[in-house]
Amino acid sequence: MKLLTHNMLTSHVRGVRPGGGFPLRIQATEVKVNNVDFNPEFTARMVPKVEWGALVEAAESLGHRSDLPAEPIPDYESNEDFLRKVHHVLMEVEVVEGVLKCPDTGREFPITKGIPNMLLSEEET
Amino acid sequence: MSLLNRVFSSGQMWLRVEWGYITEEGHFWVGMDISPAMLDVAVEREVEGDLMLADMGQGVPFRPGTFDGCISISAVQWLCNADKKTHSPPKRLYRFFSTLYTALARGARAVLQLYPENSQQLELITAQAMKAGFTGGMVVDYPNSAKAKKFFLCLFVGTSDVLPKGLGAECSVEETTQAKFTQERTRFRNAKGKSVKKGRDWVLEKKERRRRQGKEVRADTKYTARKRRPHF
Repeated sequence: MKLLTHNMLTSHVRGVRPGGGFPLRIQATEVKVNNVDFNPEFTARMVPKVEWGALVEAAESLGHRSDLPAEPIPDYESNEDFLRKVHHVLMEVEVVEGVLKCPDTGREFPITKGIPNMLLSEEET
Repeated sequence: MSLLNRVFSSGQMWLRVEWGYITEEGHFWVGMDISPAMLDVAVEREVEGDLMLADMGQGVPFRPGTFDGCISISAVQWLCNADKKTHSPPKRLYRFFSTLYTALARGARAVLQLYPENSQQLELITAQAMKAGFTGGMVVDYPNSAKAKKFFLCLFVGTSDVLPKGLGAECSVEETTQAKFTQERTRFRNAKGKSVKKGRDWVLEKKERRRRQGKEVRADTKYTARKRRPHF
């Protein structure tokens, strides 16, 4: 699971307050770094879309923050150095094994082979 | 960014072409499926997007306004089945459509190809989609062929785009078999060249209409709608 997907994912367990269940805490046991082609336009489009705080926090918890600033810089479209850093964190860092934890309910979603298991039991829907 | 669903179950050829296409166009996608076996197949083929094990009937767990599009192949009709005692198809369909509606950005489109068992299923699915706030409707490819017939539910978020025309629909025989309701709007067609609003019939009808609205109307007499005498 890429951190871009993590940034979009919320918990949908019963009992989560509206707009809650985000961001899911990552407890990773295996992290992989892939090489993905750098696409500056795509990365620039994603910068306003991601929840920056959640991204930085997630990257920090995996130990792959690679000096990502705490706030997106003002002229990010033209700054290739910054976009490359964002690209690395969003697309290249991948959680292979671990657990996602809902911040509201504490429900744990296991990640196996890079695929998060978001299935709920009957009581939780 | 697109949200794919159960694309793995369709043919390998299609899979290679479409996935490659979406990735090549510079989009990122997330795929979800309820079957771990299907996801394993996708992992083996080393696809570019991210995968997720999830049940559509339990909702689409994403932040609001995340995705610009959604594609689903032969999946939605399964929500019409109650596999467990606690499953309620309308509820599961509504949960899917309402959470999908939230996850899609404004102006996004969703195309869901499905194989409905009968027309009631089709009606149930469309009704729940509209209830969730989507606009759009059903597009049918090759409606006259039993084999090639394909149903696509095309849904829009916040826009009223024009629905695409189904393939092979132009040679349909519907026109010859369907009765024509011609009486409806041709009441005044016959008066060639004459103004429709001058005849006695029209005036009487108009007065009747005003009467029904509870307004004060002069009684109908033999002078109604007659021309006035000429003034010099």
